[in-house]
Order: sequence, then C-alpha cells, then structure tokens
Amino acid sequence: VDIFLQQVVNGLTLGCVYAVVALGYTMVYGIIQLINFAHGEVVMIGCMVAFSVMVALAGSGLPPMVIVGAGVAAAVPVCMAVGYIVERIAYRPLRNAPRLAPLITAIGVSIILQHLALLVWSRNFIAFPQIIELRLYHLGTSEHAAAISNVQIAIILASVAMMAGLLWLVHRTKIGIAMRATSQNPLVAGLMGVDINRVISFTFVVGAALGAMAGVMVGTYYGIAHYQMGFLLGLKAFSAAVLGGIGNLAGAVLGGILMGLIEALGAGYIGDFTNVCFLDQFLPGFTEICEASPESSLFGSNYKDVYAFIVLILVLVFRPQGLLGERVGDRA
Amino acid sequence: MTHLSTLKGHPAAKWIGLAMIAAALIALPFVLAMAGTAWVRITNLAILFVLLSLGLNIVVGFAGLLDLGYIAFYAVGAYVYALLASPHFNIHLPWWVIIPMGAAVACFFGVLLGAPTLKLRGDYLAIVTLGFGEIIRIFLNNLSDPFNLTNGPKGISTIDPIRFLGIDFGITTRLGPLVFSEAIKYYYFLLAVVLIVIVVNLRLQNSRIGRAWEAIREDELAARSMGINTRNMKLLAFAMGASFGGVAGGMFSSIQGFISPESFILTESVMVLSMVVLGGMGNIWGVILGAILLSFVPEVLRYTVEPLQRMLFGRSIIDPEVIRMLLFGVAMVGMMLFRPAGLLPSPVRKRELTVTAPP
Repeated sequence: VDIFLQQVVNGLTLGCVYAVVALGYTMVYGIIQLINFAHGEVVMIGCMVAFSVMVALAGSGLPPMVIVGAGVAAAVPVCMAVGYIVERIAYRPLRNAPRLAPLITAIGVSIILQHLALLVWSRNFIAFPQIIELRLYHLGTSEHAAAISNVQIAIILASVAMMAGLLWLVHRTKIGIAMRATSQNPLVAGLMGVDINRVISFTFVVGAALGAMAGVMVGTYYGIAHYQMGFLLGLKAFSAAVLGGIGNLAGAVLGGILMGLIEALGAGYIGDFTNVCFLDQFLPGFTEICEASPESSLFGSNYKDVYAFIVLILVLVFRPQGLLGERVGDRA
Repeated sequence: MTHLSTLKGHPAAKWIGLAMIAAALIALPFVLAMAGTAWVRITNLAILFVLLSLGLNIVVGFAGLLDLGYIAFYAVGAYVYALLASPHFNIHLPWWVIIPMGAAVACFFGVLLGAPTLKLRGDYLAIVTLGFGEIIRIFLNNLSDPFNLTNGPKGISTIDPIRFLGIDFGITTRLGPLVFSEAIKYYYFLLAVVLIVIVVNLRLQNSRIGRAWEAIREDELAARSMGINTRNMKLLAFAMGASFGGVAGGMFSSIQGFISPESFILTESVMVLSMVVLGGMGNIWGVILGAILLSFVPEVLRYTVEPLQRMLFGRSIIDPEVIRMLLFGVAMVGMMLFRPAGLLPSPVRKRELTVTAPP
C-alpha cells in the first residue's frame, strides 16, 4: 500500500471535518470575539442524536441514505436549538461584561452539556449501525494502491458543499451582509438598522448546524460516538481555526485541512522516525531496546492528539494572526 | 459576668478570636477522627484543594488570566515527587528537596506555556492551558514505553511518606492518650503549609507586584502606560500559580502514596476553577470558603443523593458524580450571571465585575 497517499486521503477527510467544526468557532469569534468552548459539545450532541436515530431506524429496512438523512434531519434542529439557548442564556447577558466572565460561562456550559449528554446516553460508546456497505476505490491499478472509501468521498463532498453554502450565505445574502457588518463594528451596524441580537443568534445557530453535520461526519468516519468526543475534537478544530487565522472563514477551511493532514501524516511518520531501531543507527544507547522490542517508538501514533496542540503553540509563537488572518492577536 | 458585646472593639478581642480559631483547628482532627479516619482524610483533601485554589487564585483572581489546565501543574509536582521518592527508580530523596524541585519544574512548564501566549489576548491562554492539561495526561499515560518513565496508566505506588524532624508521617504514633494517625499528622503538616501560603498570598496581594496584577486585570493598556511590564508581570503570576500547584501536587503524592494519570483529568481543573469562581475571584478568604464548600460536595452527595434515590426508585438512577459535575457547571454559569464577584467578593473585584464596560 502506498502509505503516503493513503495518509493524505485520510488526512484530507479528517481535515474536512475539522474545517467544518473550525468554521463554527471562527464565525462566533469573528462576530463577538468569544471562544465558544461549548462548540465541541454541540458537535458531540449532533453526533449522539444522529446515531440514536440511526440505531433506531437500522432494523426498519429503509434504504441507508434515508436513514442517514433522518439522522442528520434530527441532529441539525436539536443542535440549532442548543446553540440558540446557549447563546441566549449564557453569553448574551454577559456581552458587555469583562472578558473573563463569558470565558468562564463558556467552560461551564461545556461541562453542563457534556454531563447532560452523559445522563441521556450513558457512559457507553454508541456504535454506528451497520447500514452502509463500505466500498473502497483504489487510486491506481494495482491491488495495493491507496484507496478511498465511499464514506470518505461522501464526507469530503458534503464538507465542500457546506463550505460553499456558508460562503454564499455570508457574501451573497442580506443576513450575511448584516453578519459582516456586525463583526466589523456592532455599534455602527446597530445604528444602520441591523438587529444585532438577531444576527448574533443567527450566527450561533448556523455554527451549531454546521457542528451537527460535522458530528454526523466524524461519527460515521470513526464508527463510534461517546459523550466526551467533543472535547478533543473541539480543541483540534479551534487550533485549526487559529492556524488559519481566527475570524477568517477561508482560514478556518485551510487550517482545518492542514490540521487533518498534519495529524494523519504525523501519526504515520513520526512513529517511524522515532522508532528505536531507526534511532539506533544515529544515537547511542538504543541497541538493547531495539533488540528487546523492535516495534516500539518514542512517539508513536498514541501521541497523535498532541500534534494539534504543538501546532497551536507554534502558530502562537511565530504567527499569532494565523496563516490568512490580518487581525492582531492582542487587541484589548 | 461581662456581656460578650462589650468585648467587641476591645483590643484583645481580635487575639481572643484568633486563639479560638487556632484551638478549633488544632482540635478538629481529633473530633473528626471520632467519626472515622475517613473524615480526616477528606479534610486533608479539602486542605489540598484550598492550596490549589489559592494557587489558581493568583492566576485567575489576581492577574485575571484564565487557566483551564491548572491540574497539569499539580500533576507535574505529583510526578516529580513520585519519581524521586519511590521504588520506581529506587531514588529516595527527602521531601524538602523534592517539593521545591516539583515547584521549580511546574514553574518551568508554566513559563514554557505562558511565554508564547501571555503576550496575546487572554482567550488564547485559556485554550492553550486547556490543551496542555490534556497533553500532560497523554504523556503521563504513554511515557512508559520504550523508556519506563511514568509507568503509564498503572501509575506509581508505594511513594515515600514525608519524614520530618524524626517523625514518620507514614505510621501511627501514640502520645499518652492521643492517637496520632498518619492522616492526623498530615493534617497538621498541611495546615502549616496552608497557613504559610495564606500569609504569602496576603503579603503578595498588597505588594507592588499584587497591585501591578490588579492594575493589569482592570485595564491592561492603562497598566502598560503606567510603566508596568505587563507581559513579565503576567508571566510571573502564571509561573507563581504553577509552582503553588506543583507544591500541592508533591503533598498529594506523599499523602496518597499512589498516583496515576487518572487523578489529573480535566474534571479536576474544572473543580478547582469552580472553587475560585464560587468563592470570589481575587479574595483569599472567599477562595478558601469556595474550596472548602466544594470539597465536601461529593461527600454530601454521596450520603444524600444515593440513599434518596434508592429510597424513591429502589436503585441509583443518577450517578452522584454526574450531579457533582452538573453542579460545578451550573455554579460557574450562575455565578457569572448573578454574582460575578463570588460569594465573598473582594471589594475591587466586585466594582470591576459589576460595572459594565461600554460596548
């Protein structure tokens, strides 16, 4: 198997999911300069709701596309409602409070959502029902060429469609103009007749809807859902948004895809480069370990969750405004 | 007999009050021990949480920086102690060497993490610390192969207890009728440490540094134009909070005798943060109150919610752990919405958090 190409395919798929989640962070940040810590939880709730519906319908004999569609159709409105309620209760009253206050409520809301999900769905993992037959399409003629599955293709196509839809919404519709105006200057936008509260609510709701879709995609990709899945996913997606330049939609997409590639390639290659037998060729002291356990590496794929964080730190050190961002990092 | 109210305002009143509090604190473990040694242990953990909350209060309360991975520094301190005083590497250094080392290592990590992020907006610090808390746990879980540094998820056991002035904190001694169990000994040790930390905190708050932190918290731009090196001051707060966390971690290691990465999950960071928020950010007494209240919440829930559910439904439906976490979340949101300065607000903080800035 062509490992490099395979990892690129996997990374691209994962990156599309990160990009969609990152869009949710970046939209909210762009408009009210708040890190919505609860966004990862919204993604998790989307995934759990969709999975519950799909599990319930799995035995009904309906065609797979209808079942998946029903899951999405259930998850999106639930997440939109969650996004709206969270903004209304936890963030709106604190819009003019000192910066620390909404950050603390954000983490509080995240904890509440996570544990409510725990109450509803218990601690157990929910498995994706076996309704879709996995098909592999080889990218080449030989049996061993890298392959892309139908699920991966669907994820990539759906993400691209959502990104295009969002761009259209923000740049071509009236509410999109209102969103951009609010993000530039809420006070002046208000004076121009924009209903700020409605626009901000709308932003949260759209972000949550994207989150729900992302939840379904990530759940389908890994085949499993859990009440804690939102935390790391959210952290990675936020790092992706920072990498691309927070507040910038194109940046979130770019950052998400890069983050997916970094994670996939990092998991694939850093393990090889830090393999004890590989290191033995250059450094002293690894001979014994190499003989004892030739398979082990210093940083194997069990560290894959660390890379996003390292990228975040590096971006903050060297280019705090992100790849495409123009905002200065330390606006008071 | 003099009426008690005439004592009010009397110069001796303050000292009498202090003496009474001191006597109560000294007698407390023996009273608790009558109800069972478990209660002394719970109290010890509560004091550890007071220590942690006071450390986090420097970061969140004094300097106004949100640290969501505070428990990582606690973990660092705990693992430094465990590695240097256990059969794991067969190193047995005395505690007065390791606890400062733990503080120093935690401080180093604090600087490492704070240096790139503190020049940016506070939000970045929040997310970076959140990530760091998780990363530390991943490393602790995985650094067992190919070199066995942390022993992975199995954790490190039989950690040395503290030995101090010839007193071994790991065994029970009898002094006449008084039985000093290990928990009681640790109680006094922790009490001494916490008193030192409180004094340090009180002195810090009114020092030049403390006032600089306050100025930064209120208005960073104004503080900078007054000649305060804001980045270094924030870094100092962050590093200082981290080293307090490291000290608490070392104590935790020696008290428990066993640590594993499971003790240092995000939940714990959230718990310490809720203590600080509930009690009143920036107010030392408020934070202590918050820490004590929330430390006993799990115990109270265990003795009320579980039996209540069994009585009503015949089985336990909602795990008390879940209720506890929901309570922490609600406490954080509710406090921010309705009483942002905490149960015992510091006067400055109250003014600052209730006056809304123009949009």
